[in-house]
Amino acid sequence: MTVNWNRQNFSGEDPEQHPAVAALRRNPGTPVKEVAIFRGEVSAVISPEHSTEALTLLRDDPALAFDLLVDVTAVHWPEREGAEFDVVYQLYSHGSRMRIKVKVPLADGQEIRSVVPLWATAGWLEREVYDMFGIPFAGHPDQRRIVNPPNFEGHPLRKEFPVQGRVRW
Amino acid sequence: MAKQEIMTLNVGPHHPSTHGVLRLIVELDGERVVSITPDIGYLHRGIEKLSESKKFLQVLPLTDRMDYMSSGTNNLAYILAVEKLLGIEVPPRARFIRTIMAEITRINSHLLGIGSAAGDCGAVSMLLYSLREREGCLDLFDETTGGRMMLTYYRPGGVANDLLPGFENRLKAFLDKFPKKLDEYDTLLKNNRIWLKRQVGIGYISREDALSYGLTGPTARGSGIDRDIRRDEPYEAYDEVEINVPVYTDCDAYSRWRVRMDEMRESVNILRQLIAKIPDGPYINHEAAKYVLPEKPRVKDSMEALIHHFKLVVEGLAPPRGEVYSSIEGPKGEIGFYIVSDGTPHPYRMRVRPSCFVNLQAIQKMGPGNMMADVPAIIGSIDIVLGEIDR
Repeated sequence: MTVNWNRQNFSGEDPEQHPAVAALRRNPGTPVKEVAIFRGEVSAVISPEHSTEALTLLRDDPALAFDLLVDVTAVHWPEREGAEFDVVYQLYSHGSRMRIKVKVPLADGQEIRSVVPLWATAGWLEREVYDMFGIPFAGHPDQRRIVNPPNFEGHPLRKEFPVQGRVRW
Repeated sequence: MAKQEIMTLNVGPHHPSTHGVLRLIVELDGERVVSITPDIGYLHRGIEKLSESKKFLQVLPLTDRMDYMSSGTNNLAYILAVEKLLGIEVPPRARFIRTIMAEITRINSHLLGIGSAAGDCGAVSMLLYSLREREGCLDLFDETTGGRMMLTYYRPGGVANDLLPGFENRLKAFLDKFPKKLDEYDTLLKNNRIWLKRQVGIGYISREDALSYGLTGPTARGSGIDRDIRRDEPYEAYDEVEINVPVYTDCDAYSRWRVRMDEMRESVNILRQLIAKIPDGPYINHEAAKYVLPEKPRVKDSMEALIHHFKLVVEGLAPPRGEVYSSIEGPKGEIGFYIVSDGTPHPYRMRVRPSCFVNLQAIQKMGPGNMMADVPAIIGSIDIVLGEIDR
């Protein structure tokens, strides 16, 4: 009854061995701040000014070819001074069947460059992050709220937003 | 000569062909679509926010109500993520039972998908037939889980209860009957001139665009992307069965319809292999007692089991700190859960990677150039459920 949690093709113990992390380390323009592995999932932390270059590298390097942007989301850490948000990109490669998680820490109100020029799917995913967390994406072609109405106040997935809402319906 | 004008047409949110509360703002040049802008959020219930205030087991019923046509796979994706976070193992029988339920869910979802897509194009009898066959799936759910649509059947470490005696025979009876019905659908639609006119070449999206738009599931396989998580990153019992992945390269609504039809036949094959191989044994991993609820009959006559049950339900499961992303092949595409845990019994952040949400976005690419009357056919070919798009 042993289960290998890791269903993807990378099965090492050391996150530095992951080809995506190794490629980012080799490239001087994409300094990796931190790598972590949990239950076989590798995540790399990249600062916001290098995020687009790192994601472009991961997508266009023929040996890696992370051609599918699975998800863009964010996590709010209000007590982390100066880096209140993590924007999380989940990437998948059809060729090598590997996954990598790229995390970009951001301060509250800080902009991050949109990845819509790289993947069209980021259009709605980034709009949802903007709607739910209030993170602005520079260069997004259509930055509007997506699931909440346009006149909605606040960003619901921030930790300070009350679960029951601010207004009585 | 009349001046050429672009007309803006508002479709929905309450319109029978939008499969729920979807609003489309369509710009038309005569009958031709110039652009489609979907407006979503009418069914937004804040499931991601709500789950942050619930315990891990309490989140499970919320996942049923996202894609209410395929609760069996939503639950599975969530439970797999929670198990990965907790680090508990699942006995082989439970893995098979879950896989069986997930495959019946796929048939159930595809039946409604093709039925309503055909209904939108005028073949209402197809919708009635597929609802009739869907009843067979719902009966199997009903007897096993107690719910026809909302299963909430899986638990961390296994499933809530074992299959009833005779379930295998009833499933076999369904599997013997069902492929004949699929052949009937083929005679009804496959070479039907009206159906071909409404589907072939409609909603074209090339392989490159499908990749860029992040399409997954049958919508991607209709555009020639050969990817199926069941085969590529096998979970549960899928590594013990043989899976053929249908892929069509015409990139239109018709090839997406054919992928769904072939997938239902493939699900029948998978289910046959699963019931031939299903092992005996426990249906839930009682060794992982820290996280697994005791059997219900024992709770009623054993003090220790009652205390254990009470403690787990009131305090909740507290996983270690960490974050996991776990995704499976849902009937409509990759459905994944990204859970961040801070060591408390509540998820610190739970993100659903929605398959319909991502697939629907591509309608902005598929729509322009088609006639207005084809827009319902395109929506039907993406097979969306608004409950999952808005969450």
